[in-house]
Amino acid sequence: MERPLIEVQNVSKSYRRDTLEIPVLKNITLSVHEGAFLAFMGPSGSGKTTLLNLIAGIDKPSEGRILVAGTDVTELNETELALWRSRNVGFIFQFYNLIPVLTALENVELPLILTPLSRHERRAHAQTALSVVGLADRLHHYPRQLSGGQEQRVAIARAIVTDPAILVADEPTGDLDKVSAEEVLALMERLNRELNKTILMVTHDPRAAERASSVRQLEKGELA
Amino acid sequence: MRHKLRSVLTIFGIGVAVMAFALLRTVVTAWHAGVEASAANRLITRHAVSFVFPLPLAYRDRIAQVPGVNKVTYAMWFSGVYIDKRQFFARLAVDSETFFDVYPEFLIEREQFEMFQRERNAAIIGVEIARRYNLKLGDIMLLEGDVYPGQWEFVVRGIYQPRDQTTDPATMMFHFKYVEERVRQEAPDRAGQVGWYIVRIANPDDAARISEAIDKLFENSRAETKTETERAFQQNFLSAASAVITAMNVMSFVIIGIILLVLGNTMIMSARERTHEYAVLKALGFSGVKLFSLIAGESLILSILGSAVGLLGTLPAVAGFQKALPKGWFPVFYVKPETILFAGISGLLIGFAASLIPVRRILSTRIVEGLRHIG
Repeated sequence: MERPLIEVQNVSKSYRRDTLEIPVLKNITLSVHEGAFLAFMGPSGSGKTTLLNLIAGIDKPSEGRILVAGTDVTELNETELALWRSRNVGFIFQFYNLIPVLTALENVELPLILTPLSRHERRAHAQTALSVVGLADRLHHYPRQLSGGQEQRVAIARAIVTDPAILVADEPTGDLDKVSAEEVLALMERLNRELNKTILMVTHDPRAAERASSVRQLEKGELA
Repeated sequence: MRHKLRSVLTIFGIGVAVMAFALLRTVVTAWHAGVEASAANRLITRHAVSFVFPLPLAYRDRIAQVPGVNKVTYAMWFSGVYIDKRQFFARLAVDSETFFDVYPEFLIEREQFEMFQRERNAAIIGVEIARRYNLKLGDIMLLEGDVYPGQWEFVVRGIYQPRDQTTDPATMMFHFKYVEERVRQEAPDRAGQVGWYIVRIANPDDAARISEAIDKLFENSRAETKTETERAFQQNFLSAASAVITAMNVMSFVIIGIILLVLGNTMIMSARERTHEYAVLKALGFSGVKLFSLIAGESLILSILGSAVGLLGTLPAVAGFQKALPKGWFPVFYVKPETILFAGISGLLIGFAASLIPVRRILSTRIVEGLRHIG
């Protein structure tokens, strides 16, 4: 049987507030195969975002291991982890997190600065990514000149421009109206189906979760 | 650079501070101009009690016989008033035969010098005096004597150029013999006396030995001498103002600290406001080195622009400052290249240093905390 792309093994995470130890995730074990579209659902404070952050390598577990394509990301130091993220993970945030002083094209080009591509090649890649999300006519618009849905599509273009294996999306439709949310979800579905991107999505929205190929529930830091 | 007004104010703040720094350094340099211009092979022999007491003219030949002495000349502070008391420049009665051999930094054309030598009330003036009072060769300069009372008439026969920027371009020199002749008639008890001797020596390494030998010659005489290097002699003049000069020196470096605080404050505010964005960049894979170069780069741009504004403003500020001073207060007053260089390098270092705290803060902030930050 094919080895899973992501293996979360006995992962626990707790935060320390003064002398108090607050457990957020308890002994999570999970496997995700390449090309999966997995949604995490659960009430606020259940640890969905924390789990997503751990898999994406922007936080470290208190215990356990996380293997992504055979690499134990919990063993990597900060510099190695930064490099690993730049090559393997694309981020889609609830509030888009675009740089307001950069145009759509420049925002999408940002992750490519870390690659050996020339400026011309970077531009070409960024334009392609924006075309994929249907914003070829908004290259030189600043985030403030775009609608929420368009901003999120720019963020998706930024997430896919380096062609990462995994896309992590934290409430990608949480700040969007119904129509825009549908557009964004349809786009994510397309990326999963046509480009075989492995997508991990945290959401509160059952309609968003319906788009995923599987849904896992989290309750008080444990997978149901 | 996102807050244009704050960036502009920071740049001008740095500019004003750099200008103040350069101006203060220039004033300190001007104080030290005499010391800077000192030649290593010149000694000054003066009265042991004080510079204001004269020395007998007869000492000259005895000093000249000290081994290692190459040439001896002398000068006398004439003082006097030209036009009015606010017009200040050095007026010296000198031994015209030897003085200009010992002071090669006063550059004068041969023809003019020959004219000067031939005429007993001739004077050589610095190019700055000529410019300031619109004087030409052949013009008359009338001095009202104070140390040597009476009306003194001099004819400008030479205008010297300073050899370099450390040479005083505003000195007036005339024949000691001309003054001496009149003093012999009007105040004979003051005749045969000079202000100080300038001794050119063959080897600067022998300065201490020769100074000791000269002073030994006149030990227990009516006018004992004190001989020292020209540099030490000039430094004696500075000692009276040493507290002021020290204060200015300290102030100039305090200003460097102020620039650091101004820029550091701006950078800390900018970085704090962008904590969220830096967290996004970190999530995208930007390493600590990349983030450092982003923050330090911005800080350096601000400091370089500020330094450039300050240095551009320095020359007019120095010119304006000199204009505001009484004429001739600082005969040598210019911005040294070292001052520009120091200010420029300080700007760069400050730009770098000001980024250290925000960089440290950003790098130590965890990505998940940064993403939660509301700027």
